Amino acid sequence: MLYAILCYDSEDVVGAWTKEEDEAAIKRLEVVEEKLARQGRLGPVARLMPTTAATTVRKGREAMIIDGPFAETKEQLLGFFIVDCASLDEAIETAKELGRASSSAGAYEVRPLMVFKPNDVTRTDEVRA
Amino acid sequence: MSDMAWIDAALTSARPQAVGALLRYFRDLDTAEEAYQDACLRALKSWPRNGPPRDPAAWLIMVGRNAGIDGVRRRGRQEALPPEEAISNLDDAEGAAVERVDAADYRDDVLRLLFICCHPELPATQQIALALRIVSGLSVRQIARAFLVSEAAMEQRITRAKARIARAEVPFETPGAVERSERLGAVAAMVYLLFNEGYSASFDVAQAKAPLCEEAIRLSRLLLRLFKTEPEIMGLTALMLLQHSRAAARFDTEGQVVLLGNQDRRLWNRKLISEGLALIDKAMRHRRPGPYQIQAAIAALHARAERPEDTDWTEIDALYAALERVQPSPVVTLNRAVAVAKVRGPEAALAMVEPLESQLSGYFHFHGLRGGLLMQLGRAAEAREAFNRAIALANTAAEAAHIRMHLDRLAGAR
Repeated sequence: MLYAILCYDSEDVVGAWTKEEDEAAIKRLEVVEEKLARQGRLGPVARLMPTTAATTVRKGREAMIIDGPFAETKEQLLGFFIVDCASLDEAIETAKELGRASSSAGAYEVRPLMVFKPNDVTRTDEVRA
Repeated sequence: MSDMAWIDAALTSARPQAVGALLRYFRDLDTAEEAYQDACLRALKSWPRNGPPRDPAAWLIMVGRNAGIDGVRRRGRQEALPPEEAISNLDDAEGAAVERVDAADYRDDVLRLLFICCHPELPATQQIALALRIVSGLSVRQIARAFLVSEAAMEQRITRAKARIARAEVPFETPGAVERSERLGAVAAMVYLLFNEGYSASFDVAQAKAPLCEEAIRLSRLLLRLFKTEPEIMGLTALMLLQHSRAAARFDTEGQVVLLGNQDRRLWNRKLISEGLALIDKAMRHRRPGPYQIQAAIAALHARAERPEDTDWTEIDALYAALERVQPSPVVTLNRAVAVAKVRGPEAALAMVEPLESQLSGYFHFHGLRGGLLMQLGRAAEAREAFNRAIALANTAAEAAHIRMHLDRLAGAR
């Protein structure tokens, strides 16, 4: 089974780290990442930009574009896509296209990535699309 | 991260919201600050034992409110009771009232707290010092160090500034849309002043002043979280991120200032650049350009160029022309002339610079640029004269050294 492990923390606190604190935290995580990668168990790793860089696309016949992160609490995180886009406009268009294709309501939060390591899981357990 | 470090960071981050809300309740800055200090002391005792609360700001507001009410009651035995309206909303202090404090309240609280620091009668440096003390919670010692003055002098400055705003009418009513946007404009300008106080430093003081830049960025991000749809706040945040991304490349090993064109671009902070670019991208979608967005767009063009020769000077020229329209100033025209020199040559740039003489005759960069253009045109004697005037006006040893390098080059060419 593949698992997504999602990171939650106060972006104010993490954002206030000095360069040294940030690098030290990354270094400690990389030790774990390297071990997982050697075992062929590590998939993509991403660090998101702060929520101030986010735009939300509310699905619907006419998609609604809202500045800021997804803020509702009655809907839950069910999945994500990582798409290469030339601009925010293109990213929003892509989200709209996905929205038209999906049958549900809900929203997409479009958030640029700060760090992306593609990695490839080589040890295959059962679940693969 | 240790417990104490986490608590310290959480207190710093909750401070503007908490002090802002307490100011709304008590309508007095000193009472609000004392109540907040009390709440912090209790947090230091309670949080390590019980774990951090889900919403640190709400916790501090609730505890601070109770502490503040206690304080008012205690003093009440010795002094006459304050008028009822001076302690508003006390009734709902019981229970979980803070749970219901909604985002709109927080937003206006933080804006009010920043806005009272922008009192027009306070000189810019006092506005900044006050904001650092009240909103950011920096100690007087930290602020004094960043302003390169003694702690006693800074203490006195802040006390005076506080007394000045205590006499002023603090606007407690919920602002209307126009007022809110005016307040936001004044606050944005103050935040950018704070950034520049830290940015326009020479190398020997850059270390001491760097926290000012970081604090300005932190406040701007806070504003952006509160005012999510304001393109100028996106622009301001982007502008500061992009300028700050070059911090490590701005001085050479001898502490000499390194001009943009000569900077080692590998030293630029890519994370800050990509965040700045993402924000300017987001702002542009609103099609409501303003001075911060345009300046950020200019900074973005520099950031996008891998080598100096890749810089899109034609676009920079066009952006400065747009900036001249929304915010006309001789300094903007002077900056535009730098782009014009690259696109249309030194002669066209000089024609743009000469008429600014009467306004900018006391400005270092005017004579520096003029000298550079004259040098390119082979007018060595006039260039030398312009450079000499620039040196006389240099603000830092690094600026003077930079001009002296040009003079040496002129002397060598003879």
